[in-house]
Amino acid sequence: MIWGEMLLDREVHTACGSDMMSDVLAFVKDQSVLLTGLCNMQAIRTAEMMDIICIVFVRGKVPDEAMIQLAREREIVLLSSGHRMFSACGLLYEKGLRGGAPYR
Amino acid sequence: MINYITLTYQVSGDDFTRAGEASSDVKSKLKQMGVSPEMVRKVAISMYEGEINMVIHAHGGIIKVTISPHEILMVLEDQGPGIPDVEKAMQAGYSTAPENIRSLGFGAGMGLPNMKKYTDEMDIKTKIGVGTTVTMKVKL
Repeated sequence: MIWGEMLLDREVHTACGSDMMSDVLAFVKDQSVLLTGLCNMQAIRTAEMMDIICIVFVRGKVPDEAMIQLAREREIVLLSSGHRMFSACGLLYEKGLRGGAPYR
Repeated sequence: MINYITLTYQVSGDDFTRAGEASSDVKSKLKQMGVSPEMVRKVAISMYEGEINMVIHAHGGIIKVTISPHEILMVLEDQGPGIPDVEKAMQAGYSTAPENIRSLGFGAGMGLPNMKKYTDEMDIKTKIGVGTTVTMKVKL
């Protein structure tokens, strides 16, 4: 948990896992979580544009102070996991989180 | 109530970490004005993709956003290299972005298709060596 303890009661409905932000931007769902190995400002910006409420950085990536600051301003919860993308997505899928409709 | 407002942004071409600031500003302004979240998101995503393109391909440019009661008009103008084959550039997955851009999370060839997907009208005027102007409209 990097930031957002006070927002943990929020509910997520869908998830999306990608290191390519345009793939993320092609997918719109409410109250989503983004899993990504991309650890730069644009990951936070993408979440902001999409109204994504939580980002999970996979493969042990940890955001820097500027990223945390932006996430704080936009109220985006930040988590970091040592799992690789596939496993991190699998864990959430196993718990019932789904990816939403296929890309059209 | 929404009035006619024009916002102008100078997008810097040399700082990738700051790309998206203009779109972020438009997003929060629209939100404040009470525009529906779905419309705000459409504008934010399409403008953000356009802003990123400007930074990646064209060393920045100027974005003008006009907000009126019935639509939001975005005009993105750059003096970059131009797009040699617009039809090809519009294909999902086609990208000319260099490898270093991919490592920054872009260049998947989804930028222009996404912009088209989220807007009601989109027009690209481009001239090689002169620049590109992308006009997008989202109806409210």
